Amino acid sequence: MEKPLTQHIHPDKAPLDIREYEKTGGYSALSKAFQMEPEEILEVVKDSGLKGRGGAGFSTGMKWGFIPMGEDAPKTKYLIANADEMEPGTFKDRLLLEGNPHQLIEGMILSAYAIQANTGYIFLRWAYKRSGYLIKRALKEAYEAGYLGENIMGSRFSFDLHQHTSVGRYMCGEETGLLNALEGKRAIPRAKPPFPQMSGLFGKPTIVNNVETLCCVPHIINHGAEWFKGLSLTDEGGTKLYGASGRVKKPGIWELALGTTLREILEDHAGGMQDGFFFRGALPGGASTDFLVEEHLDLKMDFQSVMDAGSRLGTGTVVVLDDRTCPVGMLHNLEHFFAQESCGWCTPCREGLPWVEKILLSLEEGTGREEDIELLEFHSRNLAPGNTFCALAPGAVEPLQSALKYFHADFERHITEKHCPWK
Amino acid sequence: MLTEEEIHEITEEINRFPVKKAACIEALKVIQKHRRWVSDESIEELAEMLEMSPGEIDDVATFYNLVFRKPVGRHVILICDSVSCYIMGYQQILQHLKVKLGIVYGETTRDDRFTLLPIPCLGTCDHAPAFMIDEDLHRDLTPENIDDILTKYK
Repeated sequence: MEKPLTQHIHPDKAPLDIREYEKTGGYSALSKAFQMEPEEILEVVKDSGLKGRGGAGFSTGMKWGFIPMGEDAPKTKYLIANADEMEPGTFKDRLLLEGNPHQLIEGMILSAYAIQANTGYIFLRWAYKRSGYLIKRALKEAYEAGYLGENIMGSRFSFDLHQHTSVGRYMCGEETGLLNALEGKRAIPRAKPPFPQMSGLFGKPTIVNNVETLCCVPHIINHGAEWFKGLSLTDEGGTKLYGASGRVKKPGIWELALGTTLREILEDHAGGMQDGFFFRGALPGGASTDFLVEEHLDLKMDFQSVMDAGSRLGTGTVVVLDDRTCPVGMLHNLEHFFAQESCGWCTPCREGLPWVEKILLSLEEGTGREEDIELLEFHSRNLAPGNTFCALAPGAVEPLQSALKYFHADFERHITEKHCPWK
Repeated sequence: MLTEEEIHEITEEINRFPVKKAACIEALKVIQKHRRWVSDESIEELAEMLEMSPGEIDDVATFYNLVFRKPVGRHVILICDSVSCYIMGYQQILQHLKVKLGIVYGETTRDDRFTLLPIPCLGTCDHAPAFMIDEDLHRDLTPENIDDILTKYK
């Protein structure tokens, strides 16, 4: 099968430099795109069915469609690559950033052309040192080759692209938190509306897209919307970078057809469970997704199917829970992360998540009370979408509410036995 | 006192943004690069450069995980404490480090060599457990292989 995003990535070798990238057809989509109107690019991307790979799964073409265009639109518009990969259990964008930085740059130039943005930022995580070094070099090469800057390839289109390195906070991955961080402020969320497409970075129209999403764009322009749709096993277009971590034999990342089943990912690609460990459940796409369990193994891993099963595809990087890891302990680890990373802006999240964390700790330490389960259920409801400013807390309670459902007996045992059965 | 070099680098950052305030994070990074941490005095001087109050700058500085407002050692160990490393047993690595170095989270060894801090997911979950020392990523850690790694940092 075709693997457009990773076909030229060899993790143990240096990534393609600009000449090698050009030889594989790299940057050829630009001359094709510049023959087209920006609106035509937008239509192709819309028709391709591309959905945002950062986790929310919103149609990329529709997102772009909200950007003001034409003579009356503001002269300054921004395109930002969200490379602040900080969702626990997620390590897919790192592969694209380290493996083929020119693919991202080409995707950004094309996307910027579609929305007529004149300035771009790659918002990179501090910890991704190698990515930072490789992107810096790739940007220099792209400027020297005339793919960035004024009048790209003799066209009337100009685009400047910069790299920004974050100083670490999960909230930087949240769209509006990211904009505040880029403006030098605390990464707290902004009220919507106005949406970033109307008033984003420094008050100008702004699009924030995930790295994997942007890397799809050159291939869509080169091969067309129908080809992209055909890569997938469902009606959501494209391939997907799936990953697996935890007690599987061969943890890793694989580019597979969108809609590959969870079983195929875990058994054929991750090699099944390590000897002596049994599968109990999995977070399908990072820390902020609901658990799936054995009955879901044949689930197609596309946005709609996973949502129908009561979870979210999220980032598509699966975290596996085995029988020798305590589900309550794992949940405590997750909620410790969310409580720590809550920005403190709104009360339910600031107060609720540390409360959840403390209850889970008391269960682990054997001092849990019967009513604690009800309290945890209360917080699952109280931190649901609509009650908080951004998606952090609703994401935080996804693993909680599903663990209470699938591993209820394990919670009960912690309380009745007055200790963690795994310790 | 900020050095001429620091002032020069901060000024360059200020010039890259439409408003001075926006350079705040970049300026903090410059100071930390030169001094390993950001002191109250540095913040006061930076405040004048950015036309902000020291409180406004501290507001930003204390928000981010990787701006250090207390002195740190020559090398900073950032150990991943997130979910995949939890499942793969980072706790053993942490315990080994605590005993070997005689410090807990947030502390620095007496010889000023290491500071130990937790960090959320380092995005290398297929090679858990992992930590970073300064700018280097170390993966597939075991209590046996970390002693060797530590000897590289003097």
